[in-house]
Order: sequence, then structure tokens, then C-alpha cells
Amino acid sequence: MIQAGLKEISAALAEKKISAIELATLFLGRIEQLNPSLNAFITTDRDKTLAMARAADERRAKGERGPLLGIPLAHKDIFCTEGWLTTCGSKMLANFVSPYDAHVVSQFKAAGAVTLGKCNMDEFAMGSSNETSHFGPVKNPWDTSRVPGGSSGGSAAAVAACLTPAATGTDTGGSIRQPAALCGLTGLKPTYGVVSRYGMIAFASSLDQGGPMAKSAEDCALLLSGMAGFDERDSTSLQRKAEDYSRDLNKPLAGLRIGLPKEFFGAGMDDDVRAAVDAALDEYRKLGATTVEVSLPNSGLSVPAYYVIAPAEASSNLSRFDGVRYGHRAAVYGDLVDMYCKSRAGGFGEEVKRRILIGTYVLSHGYYDAYYLQAQKIRRLIATDFSEAFKKCDVIMGPTSPSVAFAFGAKGADPVQMYLADIYTIAVNLAGLPGMSIPCGFGNADMPVGLQIIGPWFAEAKMLNVAHQYQLVTDWHRRRPERGA
Amino acid sequence: MSLNPEEVRRIAQLARLELSPQETGRIGDQLNGILTFVEQLQAVDTAGVTPMAHAIDVVQRLRTDVATEPDRRDAFQAIAPETGGGLYLVPKVIE
Repeated sequence: MIQAGLKEISAALAEKKISAIELATLFLGRIEQLNPSLNAFITTDRDKTLAMARAADERRAKGERGPLLGIPLAHKDIFCTEGWLTTCGSKMLANFVSPYDAHVVSQFKAAGAVTLGKCNMDEFAMGSSNETSHFGPVKNPWDTSRVPGGSSGGSAAAVAACLTPAATGTDTGGSIRQPAALCGLTGLKPTYGVVSRYGMIAFASSLDQGGPMAKSAEDCALLLSGMAGFDERDSTSLQRKAEDYSRDLNKPLAGLRIGLPKEFFGAGMDDDVRAAVDAALDEYRKLGATTVEVSLPNSGLSVPAYYVIAPAEASSNLSRFDGVRYGHRAAVYGDLVDMYCKSRAGGFGEEVKRRILIGTYVLSHGYYDAYYLQAQKIRRLIATDFSEAFKKCDVIMGPTSPSVAFAFGAKGADPVQMYLADIYTIAVNLAGLPGMSIPCGFGNADMPVGLQIIGPWFAEAKMLNVAHQYQLVTDWHRRRPERGA
Repeated sequence: MSLNPEEVRRIAQLARLELSPQETGRIGDQLNGILTFVEQLQAVDTAGVTPMAHAIDVVQRLRTDVATEPDRRDAFQAIAPETGGGLYLVPKVIE
């Protein structure tokens, strides 16, 4: 059961081959055994987990059914979880026990899923390596001297090492897809507005989107069906009919048109990543797909545009952490402004401070037009590039990350080097499109490589179909690191 | 353009972040690195382009003006650094 996907676990629960209590106990034991070396979880709570499992078993005994009833899941520590510590990877919230549930968490609770714990992450989701977490970096289960990616690195490492069958993540510039790629998982960032942001601690509100991280496209489809849905408490939640994201999994791919942006296949991608991506494209051709070159001429501007827009939104969102209503307050301070300044200085780590300062600067008087407004115009150009490209293809493919997982400290002291780790993922967030990463082979040092699949708005079911058909004829997604065996 | 230490301190003050002198220097250098990196945006011709503030073009949804949230003051104040008489306590601002 440790290695099983959600569908298999769900079937075993339905056939009463295993109970939710037994499953929860199994995974809690594994977390106890392996988490000290991986640091994937910030919080576990055996009593709460077992109580949820017991409740799921009781619901089943009363005749209730449902694909998620009794399924153990882990949540990125960005999702508010009532009664649980919810830290967002920050000292600022190191003592924050959430008084309410995020929409995503309440959806999963209602479906009877069992929370195994809260996963480590880059502080306030700002990072691509998990090195900015106040609770220490997460280790990549494939090689513990390497990063798991970020910011949803704890979720990724936990699934890869089979500490949980699946987990939630969030993606503002690649934070689901990049760690999924670096840890050999399937991860999906939905179209902006599909998953409610209520109770998901805000980083950059026009970009943030929650999504599933799991062992297969099939599992992601099941989870997304549970996560998605209209929520009036999120003003950007879209009023759309509920979807069964598994509905198209088994459609054949004959005739599928795959767009290959020439900008994604130029210099910048490591050779080992290129080889794995090329081999995956050959596999798709065998499945009946055709490939066509497309162009995203402004995609090279996505990282700089993002590092104006995301910090601007972050500086506004993170102004709520003032040491007054919750979170860290400095021990010694003078007047009110001094209390704000000292509490924020003590509660935030350095990457968060940098982004708050950049954001404050680009929004300040005299600079707004030159930076923020200009970045928003470029965002439009980037989004338009995608609309043009999708006239020629059904999905776009390319690498998720320019390299396999790198060593701790490899990106050094220059923040811009780290920012470039998301060079292929950020444009997708700016355009609000859905994006996925699926495992497509191994590169240098036998580390996993991810293939990115990008679709038009609301094409999640199609993308999951495209991913699932590949996973039916390949077994990259079934490979587990030794410690996950 | 490049930020001098005085400007870094001014931005930090706007952001309500206390920076030590060492931090001002180090973070200032990093901010300048980031600003140099985003400088390339200035060279792009965006005449006539409508700024894109949001991923999806939808009209702001409005709700009816009725109270829907229950009073959970006790739960919310239980996690506050300092409260008294149902209020959040901060240093005195009015003499």
C-alpha cells in the first residue's frame, strides 16, 4: 500500500481490504521513520490524524462511499488547517494555529480524506529550492545532497518518498511543477480561478493557484476533482460547472497537435534534460501525436516581469503581518511603528524581506509606471503569445526545469540565479494557464527529469488525458527512489 | 539605476522593516542586482498595450450586503500576541 496510487488505495478501502485507520497508521509510521532525514513535514499530529481516519471508517460503515473517503493526504503548510499549526515555512507564523480551514482543506475533509500532516515549504512560497524555509531545507529523496525544488518541496519529497500517497501544493511561478519535476512526480497547476484561494496564505494573488501533486495523472485527476469548485469567499473563484477531471483520461491521442516553443528548446536547457524531453516527444509521436514548432517571442521577459509583479503583490499581501492580531511580535519595542518594524524584521527571512522591499520600491511614488505598469503590459504580451500559439496546437510541451535537481547552496548568494530556475514555468502563471509536469526520464546523476505540458484555459481534463496516455506506455512515473521502496 | 543606502533605508521604512546596517548593505546590493535584471523590461515597446492586472478577464463579482460570518472573536483573539477586554493591545498611539 505504501507504493500504491490513489485509485488502488481507494479500491482497497471500498473492498474493505484495509481500513482508513490502518492506512493512516502505516503512513504515520513511515513519516516517523523517514522524515528526520528528509524534513518534508513541519507538523504531524497522530491523534488528530487517527481521529479523522476513525471518522472516515465510521462514515464507510454507515454506507457512505466516495473515492477520497479514508484516503491519507498531506497539505502544504500554506493551507490554513483548523486546529493545526500553519506556518507557511516562516518564523512569522511559527506559532500560528489556524482558527479556520482553507476551502481546499474543507473540501477534502467533506470528502472524508485524512490529513497526515503539514508539509515544509520555502518561506511564504518564495523560493525554488526549499532552502528559504525557517524550518530547514527539505532533502530530495533521490539524493539527499540535492534540493527537492520549491516552493512545494516538502509536498514533493513526501510523495516521492511514499510518506503520503499524494499532497496539495501551490504554484505562483512554478512551485508545483518544478518540485514535481525534480522529485519525479506528476503535478498540476490549474487554470487561475479553478481552485479557491480562500485560506491559502497569499503570496501574489493574481498568480497563486493550488493544485495536486501525486504519483500519476490519474491520481491528479481524482484530486483535482476534489479540490476545484466555486467558492464565493474567493473573489476570483470562477463560477463554472463542476467537472470530472478523469472523464477524458482514456481518449486516444491520435491527431493531437503538440506545440514546441522554439524559445523553450534553445540554449539554457541542460543536455540531459533535452535528451529526456526529446525521447518523450518521440513517444508521443508513436501515440499518434504530431509536433509543430510555435513561438512565444516574449517568454524571455517572463522572469523579469514576474520579479516586478510578484514582489509588488507580495509587499501588499504581507503587510498584514504586523504583530498585532496573530503571528510573531518582537519581545522588545518602543512605539507602534517600532513594534511593526521590529516584529517584521524578526519574523521574516531574508528572501521574503528582499521581495517585500522590491515590491515596495516598484509600487512607490514615481516608479509605478516604469516598473509595475510596464510589467503588466508585458504580461499581456506574454499571454497573447500563448493565445497565438494555441491556434496551431492543442497543448504545448517543453522542459519543466532547465536542469535536474541541483545541490544545496549551488545557486549561491545571487538571488537572480535562483529566479532563473523557473524560466520555463513562470510565463504560464502570468498568462493564467494550466500547466503540468510529468516524469519523462532521468538525467545527470540519475535524477528525474520533468516534461511540462501547458494547455489553453480550462484544458485540465485534456492535459490529464495527454499525461495519462503517456503513463500507460512508460513507467517513469512508477520509479521510486531507493528510500521510497 | 542603482539604490544607495539612504534609498534602501527609505524603502525599508515604507515597508515597516527594520534593517541592521549590515543588512542594509548586503540586501541593498542584492536589490540592485534584481533591479538591474528587471531593467530589460524598459527596452520593450509597449505602446498601446493594455496592462494585464489579472489572469482571467472577469467582472468583479458582488455579493448581497448581508452578514454571513458568525462572531468568532474569542477564537481569533486566542492566537493574538496581546489582548485585553476583547481588544487587541498595541503601544499607546494617542496621548
